Amino acid sequence: MSLEQFKDRNVGTQNYTMLDLGESPKTGWGKFKQVAKRSVKLELFTGLKVTFREMIKALFMGEMHTTKYPFEKLPIAPRYRAIHEMKRLLESGHYRCIGCGLCEKICIADCIRMDTRYDENQRKEVSEYTINFGRCIFCGYCAEVCPELAIVHGGRYENASEQRASFALFEDMLTPLDQLTQQKEYPGFGAVSPDADKKIKKTPLAY
Amino acid sequence: MDGYIIATVIKAILVLAVISALAGFGTYLERKVLAFMQRRLGPMHVGPYGLLQLVADGIKLFTKEDFIPNNANRLIFMIAPVITAATAFIALAAVPMLPEFELFGITVRPIVSDLNIGILFVLGMMAAGLYGPLLAGVAQHNKWGLLGAARTAVQFLSYEVVTGLSILAPIMIVGSLSLIDFNNYQAGGIGEWLIWKQPLAFILFLIAGFAETNRTPFDLLEHEAEVVSGYATEYSGMRWGMFFIGEYANMITIGFLASLVFFGGFNDWGFIPGGLAILLKVSFFFFLMLWVRASWPHIRPDQLMWLCWKVLMPLAVINVTVTGFVMMF
Ligand code: SF4
Ligand code: SF4
Repeated sequence: MSLEQFKDRNVGTQNYTMLDLGESPKTGWGKFKQVAKRSVKLELFTGLKVTFREMIKALFMGEMHTTKYPFEKLPIAPRYRAIHEMKRLLESGHYRCIGCGLCEKICIADCIRMDTRYDENQRKEVSEYTINFGRCIFCGYCAEVCPELAIVHGGRYENASEQRASFALFEDMLTPLDQLTQQKEYPGFGAVSPDADKKIKKTPLAY
Repeated sequence: MDGYIIATVIKAILVLAVISALAGFGTYLERKVLAFMQRRLGPMHVGPYGLLQLVADGIKLFTKEDFIPNNANRLIFMIAPVITAATAFIALAAVPMLPEFELFGITVRPIVSDLNIGILFVLGMMAAGLYGPLLAGVAQHNKWGLLGAARTAVQFLSYEVVTGLSILAPIMIVGSLSLIDFNNYQAGGIGEWLIWKQPLAFILFLIAGFAETNRTPFDLLEHEAEVVSGYATEYSGMRWGMFFIGEYANMITIGFLASLVFFGGFNDWGFIPGGLAILLKVSFFFFLMLWVRASWPHIRPDQLMWLCWKVLMPLAVINVTVTGFVMMF
């Protein structure tokens, strides 16, 4: 590749498409004719008509655009990556996290801290789990890597707060027990795709 | 005589109170209408449908620091907004607002003073209002202000000519300068309205009226995109507010003038009583100004001058001449 195109400093003059605006009148008489034509054609009133039509539409046909933001919210896309949520198992209500530590390992901002211990049944239990949202870059890797769909990105994007710890603790992110029935399966980042079953090739367990 | 003086003072105070309240209300209307035309809601949260937004704005304007920049000419800087507001209200003194009516057995004429040169007085006062922005711009030691002042001088002076010439033809037909005579001349219903005899004069007057009240498409004086805020750049608080009350009062005056001179004034309009008729007409003109603001872009200063001196003024002169010939023969 030659350097030619990089040396051309006339940036912006190459790719313009000229609109067909017709000839500008050169003579005084030509200008006069243009003005007279434009005045008599009443093009100005088209503008008035448009704004009036929009007003009627907005007032009487329910096409007002305003969303009264703190009171109403627009739906956000399912793949939006906001403050994390920890999900529970629907059957038992126990949290899904198995304490594998993959999310802590993969986090590129290094902002997940967790600790695990054995509970009385010798099962692994998460004793501590925090995300430092001062550092989280909402990349979504943690949600993607989680084998249990335990950590996902939720829709809480209003994260102005006096304490960033308000979001950061395991209990805050965990679905509250009384709202377990409303827990939505996460369709977004890191989730199993709807046609996952078709894509998986079943391997026999015994040979 | 005493009664006359008392009545005049009461009327003057009433006009001042009502029109300044209406001018304030006009800012609310403007925001609402512009919002609707852009399919927004406009002010909504202070009071029902945002109606108390006015009060909130008033409190804000009154409690702001009265700021005078360094190096500004203090006296002129302080007086300038008063000139705009005062001339706007003085202009309304010779405008008949409503038809005569009886109150407690006294016939009330809702005009502060029926001058025999009414329309000249009104136009003159509105022209004197140009000293407000002009002095404000020059006094504030700010280049944007200075540019705004220069534009004021150019725009207002030029369009003064068009207003005067365009209104001259109706004056010739009516043969009087009193706005009440204008009204009485058109007493015979819609067919008698001067707009049918002087359509060109009306269009010229309306265009010049937009320019004199500093409305889009002629809002060159304080066009944010070009000269920050023009003559009002350094103003804040109540002094700034006075400029705007003056501007809105002028809009109302132009509305009254257009309805009185061209649209039959406060004569009964079919089944609509005269008082209501003129209010409807003025409201329409007020709405028209907001409507135009929502629809049209504003023009360049050189285009403004071109329009004034090369198009509108010749047309106005031709109109006056033709009217004269028609009246003679
Ligand atoms: S979104 Fe990214 S940065 Fe935030 S906790 Fe998860 S892996 Fe770490
Ligand atoms: S990857 Fe999922 S299961 Fe593993 S520790 Fe993180 S949240 Fe828990």
